[in-house]
Amino acid sequence: MTSASTQVYAPTPSIPGELKVIQDATCTFCGCVCDDIDLTVKDDHIIEAKRACVLGKAWFLNHSNDDRPSCLIEGKPASLEEGYDRAARILTDGKYPIVYGLSDSPCEAQRVAVSITDWINGTIDTTTSVCHGPSGMAFQGVGEVTCSLGEVANRGDLIMFWGSNPAESHPRHFTKYSLMPKGMFLPNGRKDRTCVIVDVRKTKSAKAADIFIQIKPKKDFEALWTLRALAKGVELDPELVHRETGVEFSVWTDLMDRMKACKFGVIFFGMGLTMTRGKHANSEALLALTRDMNAHTRFVAKPNRGHGNVTGADNVVAWRTGYPFGVNHARGYPRFNPGEYTTSDTLANREADSGMTIACDPMANFSQPAREHLASIPFIALDTKETPTTRAATVAFTVSTYGINTGGTVYRMDDVPIPLRPAFPSPHPSDYDVLTAIEERVKKIQGVTG
Amino acid sequence: MSETFILIPGRTTDQGCGISEGKFQDKYQNEINSLQVAPGDMSRLGLSTGDRVRLTGEEGQSVEVCIVPARKDELPEGLLFIAYGDISSRLMTGDTHGSGMPTSKGMEVTMELVQKAVV
Repeated sequence: MTSASTQVYAPTPSIPGELKVIQDATCTFCGCVCDDIDLTVKDDHIIEAKRACVLGKAWFLNHSNDDRPSCLIEGKPASLEEGYDRAARILTDGKYPIVYGLSDSPCEAQRVAVSITDWINGTIDTTTSVCHGPSGMAFQGVGEVTCSLGEVANRGDLIMFWGSNPAESHPRHFTKYSLMPKGMFLPNGRKDRTCVIVDVRKTKSAKAADIFIQIKPKKDFEALWTLRALAKGVELDPELVHRETGVEFSVWTDLMDRMKACKFGVIFFGMGLTMTRGKHANSEALLALTRDMNAHTRFVAKPNRGHGNVTGADNVVAWRTGYPFGVNHARGYPRFNPGEYTTSDTLANREADSGMTIACDPMANFSQPAREHLASIPFIALDTKETPTTRAATVAFTVSTYGINTGGTVYRMDDVPIPLRPAFPSPHPSDYDVLTAIEERVKKIQGVTG
Repeated sequence: MSETFILIPGRTTDQGCGISEGKFQDKYQNEINSLQVAPGDMSRLGLSTGDRVRLTGEEGQSVEVCIVPARKDELPEGLLFIAYGDISSRLMTGDTHGSGMPTSKGMEVTMELVQKAVV
């Protein structure tokens, strides 16, 4: 099957023994989505990934064509057609089917997954719910004062990281976007910027900071509210602030002075906020602080997103349903309720009775009650590699790797869409191909024409 | 020996590279099964590199891991760090407190020695 996405950006087949260079390829390992990678390909294997970071190199050099069946049903090799038929029956037989994952799929495939969920009156959720889902809730409550990474590179003179360790999770963040670039208004690059890192432990990123502030664990909210009070000129008890945050009051006043004095402040925040007690309240506090700072100077905030197209998942699910994740279609129209329709909950509460996971690994990353329930229901798994989830799936599809074998569009962490430039073809179908075939069968079972 | 700590699971470079190499490969498995302990806590509790400990969460869920000393001053005493993955996620509870997100960082766990490393 030829998909719309692969027609647009189809890789050229390799000639045995010859080298092929793909310029400006896009790395989809993390949310930085670096699109300046030069790939050298030989015999359907990437042997060099110029300009890629350590994570990008591991991504490109370890995704060769996997010698596994494209489809397994109950652990036994099956044809793709049999797999599509079984998958469609699983999804249409269920009374509470869930579709989950999608953060490592191109937007074109994500769009089809939303359609399938709509046809089956199911619940769709993405890995955002266990990543920056709490920030997604906070955006709705507070709003988001933000900008593109290009603006950060050209304007940001005070760069803060809160609960985020880009040195290990986004290795090119500093050099490509936030600290090192010589920008339009920052001709001396790093020398023109001040970097502040706030975290509960002295991470590898702390080495890059001019100021490192180590707060007490689980006290992010209190620390952020301290800064909000200082921004508003509210009088505080220094001893109480020290006791609650673990940081001297003078450190906070010094930071606030710097925040007010900068020309363009940026706060990148990570899962140190969203995964810790407080969750969306922590993200709300940070976004509200950012909003408050605009009474003094220009200030923006941006979550550091993990997977290559998790930002695309938010965008696609939002433009299709009106909500970014955790969306239920049981009544025939979309309803959003984190904590009820999010996958950690539908599984741990033993509500889902069938499902489909796409480019994710809940059997390794969810709580034990959620894993036990997923293992007890029929479900379909799509992944490029074998994982605990594909091993437990009723129907497992081995799919080609987006950005390496198939094209399409992904969204960088700052919501900028980036095209993919694949390097070599795969014998496996893309997730777009698999989802499109399943959708056709679901529609047929449902009696939908057209 | 049994003491309460705060556990911080998080991303590491080796964990990230290990995902691409394969989740059943040694690099990934070694990384997500290694618990970093502050050197001060290790000496205070008489722990050595390679000792096997049991971590138990608030609802009794538990895992066993081997310990390694945290690098320099990366980890304050009272905190534990482990690369995010299968093991750390087993310590989460099913409750998301209405957010969709289980508490995955800052979890209170008790740590007890199971087996000393063979020298």
